[in-house]
This record gives sequence, C-alpha cells and structure tokens, in this order.
Amino acid sequence: MELIDLTLIWIGIIGLGVFMYVLMDGFDLGVGILFPFAPDEEARDTMMNTVAPVWDGNETWLILGGAGLLAAFPLVYAVFLPALYIGVFLLLAGLIFRGVAFEFRFKANRSKYLWNWSFFGGSLVASFAQGAVVGAYIQGFEVDGFTYVGGPLDWLTPFTVMTGLALVCGYTLLGATWLILKTEGALQTWAYSVARWMLGAVMLFFAIISIWTPLAEARVLDRWLGNIEWLWIFPLVTLGAAAWLWQAIEKRREGIPFIATLTLFITFYAGLLISMWPLAVPPEHTFWDAASAPESQLFLLLGVLFITPVILGYTAWTYWVFRGKVRAGEGYH
Amino acid sequence: MELDPLLLSRIQFAFVVSFHALFPVFTIGLAAYIATLEGLFYRTENPVYARLSRFWTRIFAVIFGMGVVSGIVMAFQFGTNWSAFSYASANFLGPVLSYEVVTAFFLEATFLGVLLFGRDKVPKGVHLFAACMVALGTFISSFWILSANSWMQTPAGIEMRDGLIYVTSWSEAIFNPSLWPRFFHMALASFLTAGFVVAGVSAWYLLRGRAPEINRKALGMTVVLLAFIAPAQLVVGDLHGLNTFEHQPEKVAAMEGAWETKQGAPLILFAIPSAANERNYLEIAIPNAASLILTHDLQGEVPGLKEWAPEDRPPVGWVFWSFRVMVAIGLLMIAVAAVGLVQRLRGRLFDSPRLLRVFTWMIPLPFVAVLAGWFVTDIGRQPWVIHGIMRTSEAVTPSLTGWMALFSLIGFIAVYAVIFAAGLYYLVRLIQAGPEALEGTPEASEGRPKRPFSAVDTSFDDGAAPEGVRR
Repeated sequence: MELIDLTLIWIGIIGLGVFMYVLMDGFDLGVGILFPFAPDEEARDTMMNTVAPVWDGNETWLILGGAGLLAAFPLVYAVFLPALYIGVFLLLAGLIFRGVAFEFRFKANRSKYLWNWSFFGGSLVASFAQGAVVGAYIQGFEVDGFTYVGGPLDWLTPFTVMTGLALVCGYTLLGATWLILKTEGALQTWAYSVARWMLGAVMLFFAIISIWTPLAEARVLDRWLGNIEWLWIFPLVTLGAAAWLWQAIEKRREGIPFIATLTLFITFYAGLLISMWPLAVPPEHTFWDAASAPESQLFLLLGVLFITPVILGYTAWTYWVFRGKVRAGEGYH
Repeated sequence: MELDPLLLSRIQFAFVVSFHALFPVFTIGLAAYIATLEGLFYRTENPVYARLSRFWTRIFAVIFGMGVVSGIVMAFQFGTNWSAFSYASANFLGPVLSYEVVTAFFLEATFLGVLLFGRDKVPKGVHLFAACMVALGTFISSFWILSANSWMQTPAGIEMRDGLIYVTSWSEAIFNPSLWPRFFHMALASFLTAGFVVAGVSAWYLLRGRAPEINRKALGMTVVLLAFIAPAQLVVGDLHGLNTFEHQPEKVAAMEGAWETKQGAPLILFAIPSAANERNYLEIAIPNAASLILTHDLQGEVPGLKEWAPEDRPPVGWVFWSFRVMVAIGLLMIAVAAVGLVQRLRGRLFDSPRLLRVFTWMIPLPFVAVLAGWFVTDIGRQPWVIHGIMRTSEAVTPSLTGWMALFSLIGFIAVYAVIFAAGLYYLVRLIQAGPEALEGTPEASEGRPKRPFSAVDTSFDDGAAPEGVRR
C-alpha cells in the first residue's frame, strides 16, 4: 500500500462529480419531465427560463464523469458501457433531443409544440435510463475476469425498471422544488401541489427499494444487519428530511423545499454507497480492482486538484448571476 | 444474415466522429477570427469590427452548440463499442481525455457566456479577454485530442504489461513523435475552414449588395490571411507527410499507391489501385517525383505495400483517393487565395462577380478536405487501432452483437439527421437574415444572457415574417 491511497481519493472525486451531476442536471431534467403538465404555455416559457442559463454547465459534469471513470476506474467504464449499450444509446439520444429543444423552441412558432415534446421526451428517457443504470449497478454484472459477458438486455429487469421510475420521480421532485424556489404566483402554487405528490411517490419508492434490495442481494442485507449500528443514522435522516420537506411545503416555504430535497438525495446516495461498498463492478470487483495504474491516477490528480476549485468557483458565480425569481416574459423573448 | 459488430462499429464511429469533426474544425478557426476582430475593435474603436464580431459570434454560437451535442456522444463511444481498446489504453487515454475536459471544456464554457452576452455588461477589455480565452480553450482542446490521436498513430512513452498499457514517460507519450506536425496541420486547416467560410459568406452578401462596408472589410482581411496560410498548409502538410513516412511508411505507401519498393519512385497522379491484384490500373505518374518529395533525392528508396503482409496493409483505395481529394482541394485553395490577393492588391477584389461567386462556391470545400485528411490518417492507420500495438479487430467490445451495433448505428443516423437538418436550416436562415438584422437592436435590452443559441434572434420557422424582425 502506498503512503496515500490514491484510489480512495479518486472514489471521493468521482463520487463528488457524479453527485454534482445528479443534483444539478437532476432538477433541470425534472423541469423537463413536468413540462407537458404545466398550467399553460406561458408557464412553460418561465419554467424553461429558470434552467436555461445553467443547464449546459450542469451537463459538463456528465462528460467529466465519463472521462474521469476512464482515467481512474477503467474497469467500470469498460464493463458498464458495454453492458448498458442500449440504455446508453437511449440516454444520449434523450440528452441530444432535450438539449437542442432548449434552443430551438424559442426560435420556433409553428413547430414549437414539437420542441415541447422533444424536451419532455428527452428528459424522461434520459432520467429513466440513469435510474436504470443505478439499478443495474446494484444488480451487478456478469463478467469473466475483466470483460462483460452478459447479454444486451440483462440490465432491463423489473428491478431496474423500478429504479428507473424511482429516479424519474426523484428528479421530478427536484424539479418541482426548484420551481418553488424560482417562480411565483399560479406556477408556484402548482409546483407546491406537484411537490407534495412527488414526495409521496419518492417515499413509496424509497420503501420499496429498501425492502426489495436486501431481499434480492444478500450482501446488502448483511451490510445493514451487520455490526455497524451507526449506518442506521442515514435512513433516519431520510425520514427526518422527508418530514422537513412535507412541513415546508405545507407552510409554503420557498427555499427550504429545494434544500430538503437535496438532503434527501444526499441520504439516498449515502445509502447506496453503504449498500455497495467497496464494490465497483458487483458482484466481483472492488474499486481497487477497477482502478487504473497509480501513476495515471496521480498524474491526473495533480491537475484536478488545481483546476476543480476554479470550475466550482465559476459554477457558483453563474448561479449567483442568475439568482432570484424568474417572471413570465423575462429572459427569452 | 450475419452482422459483423466490428464492421458496424467502425461505420458508426466513422459516422459520429466525422459528423462531430465538421463543427470544431470550424469553431477553432472562427474563435480565433472573432478574437482578432475584438482585438482590432479594442485598438481602433472602428465600429465595423464590432459589427462583424457581433454577426460572426452568432454563427459561432450555433456551430458550437452542435459541436457540444455531438461531442457528448464521443465521450461514451469508446466504452460502448471499443471497450477492449479503452480498457487496455485507459492508463494513458483516460488522463489525457480528462485533462481535455477540465482544462478546455470548462474554459470555453466559462468565457463563451461572457463573449456571447457580455458585450454590454462587462468592460471592453474583459470582453476581449473572454474572446481570447474561448479561442485559447478551443486550441487547448484540440491539443489534447490530437495528442491522443497522435499517440494512437505513433505510440511512445509506454510499455505493455499483461495486455495493459502503462505510461513510462508522460512527456514522451503526450508529446509523441507525430503530435506537432498533426497539431499545426490541423490548426491551419481550422484557419482555412473558417477563412473560406467567412470569405464565401461575405462574397455572397457583396454579390447581393448587402452591408457592403463590413463585408468588404471581412473579405479583404480574409483574402490576405488565406493567401498566407493556404501555401503554408502545403509546407506543413509536406512536413506531416515526411513524419508519417518516418513512422508509418505503409500509410505513405497506400497514399502513394506504391506496391513495389522502388528507387526513384514515381508520383502517381491518377490510378485505380487494386488490393486483390496488388497493382494499379490506368496509372498516370511523374517519374521520380515521389522519391524527390519523400527523400529529397531523385533516386531515394520508397517502400511499397508488398513489404508488408496483406493483413498488415491499410485499405489502399480509401487512403489513396482521400489523399488526392485533400491535396486537390488544397491546391485549389492556394490558387483561389492567390487570385484573391492579386485582385486585392490591384484594388479589384470586389469588382468581379465571377471571383465573388468562386469564393461562395468554395464554402463546402474545406470541410471536404478536412474529412478527407482524417480519412487518410485514420484509415491509413488500419489495421491498427494503436499502431503496431493493438489491432482494431482486438479493440471492439467482446459482448457486442451485430444487432446491437446495427440498432445504435441506425439510431444515431436518425437522431443526427433530425437534429442537424434543423440546425442547418436554422444556420441558413441566420445567414439569410444577415448582419443587417443586428443593426439598431442592442442586445442590452434583451434581458439576461441565456444560452449560446439564444444569442440568435432569427425566428426559426416564421417564413412569412420579414427577415430579422423580432417578436
């Protein structure tokens, strides 16, 4: 073992990158999923304007995730992508359609409805595919040594469909609470009612996954019934955050619902990592099996340590520039 | 029917990477042009430069957006279709591609917003700085991706252990033998592409008598630039060819259509190479010229393809013809740029409708030349994915079936067809609306800056509305 465990540092960096992506692209994907259900066309314009300035920065984290996995955990990259081949294609196609919808919708007159559907469909498919990826990770991959040997649709099971739907609901909750934060009037009132329903759906999925996963995967059951009692803090915090969110919605608070939802996502994410640790490519390979050569991890780490603070600074600055409520008729014309 | 996942993956990769390549090759050059215009405006305060920059920045926004969307696909292609290659080479390619993301993509994203929307929000100096940073970002990005590609052509600084690549020297691997010729060849190609597009569009406006003041300025500037870089590209291209001759002689043999090793090898102008019969038909050649170019000696030895076993030879026809298409377009560019410069020096550049029309027709040619050039270098690398180390046939994802590959290939073609038809339509509309559409409509009143495409106000499909009219 080296003096410093580079692999552990890289788990932290990639974990943070993936989480940044989930939170940041999560709410703008959620806004896309809510799109056809919005009260009217003017509300749709406002909804899109709340995420238009920041969504492309959000999506850059996905590219960083892809390249970073190749650099730090090439086994994950080389097993997940072939195993999820069809799903990855759907994810990419979804992201392309919703990405250009942002731009083309505001230039269109007669064809505006097409870009509405493109935005909704792309967001929905991309969110579902991401949720299915999480499910496939829990479920594990059939490998021979360091090569995926399973079939093209092994990832598509009732369990992954369920996790796909769960993430769709989760992103929708993020999107709804984001709209509570960024809008006002009738649109905000609508977002409150959506958030309440979506909180119910998310907690239902939380319950289902919490029961289903340990029953399906013995290693997960062992982890939670093992001798590390403090792990149970996380589900307790989850329930606390859900209650906090519910109360904030009831009291018509504007900022807390979004923050409470972020807290919920943090606990879900922590619960996932606890259940899976230290497996990177279940059921066989740990993060240490999946790691690239130490010299490669070190070479990239030196750059990332200097550059990441700059990136985070820019991101924070962008959100600062676009702070405050977005009103109807603002932004795009 | 037996579907070959390897062949389908190669077609898919060629399709998505060729489609993607069209956009950055234009934006790299255009970013530098915009930065130049901003610099000139900063120094001279001449509003013509600001108007030109404003117009071309809008074109830039659309092209850049399409480049980003098609680029996301590339980040995942390596894993989905070429996982064996990705896994084996991850110790080098992973860090290099990650450095591209953190040093270039974020730099571009940061300053693009300021460039597009900040003209009236930040001081002039900051705006110029933003333009320079975007241009710098595109160059840093091309540096890393060309380092990766060059390393696949001329691998260095690594060793193989148990089927995996380990880096022994980062400087040798990153600055591998073909990086600099390739980088400068590509950089000049970007300038040529942007230059001929700017010249062609300006000429198109001048033919119609539209916004003559700024379009004369644009065409006049660009013609001078092109007259220098078109011949420079010939020199750099020759150096790149000599570099290839040293490190990948079988690629040069395919480019030359040379089967037999010869002293005093002829330069073949036209031929129909036949890989099956290992010979050329209908050959027209200049005696001893290939030896002169490649070895600087009339009797120099040029190895022929027969030096390599048939399974180690690149597909001759593709490489041979792509090379000729690229060189022919390059020579045509030099001729057009030279005529343009002469006419400009005589003060007649804007007088001849015929010359203006030629410039307009030139618009698509640099894109064809760039694709042809990439065909030469990457088809010429075959049958290797990493030259001399790993074969393309070993690189493909083991679990990939023919039907999966066919599904994604058809899918990508369908998605790209829809998206890029819409984007191209939009771009044409933007050019038709022209720089006049921006006059008297300060962006400052437009509310907050949003996204690249939103820098563009032309309506997407309101064919009935007058051009450039805002709603």
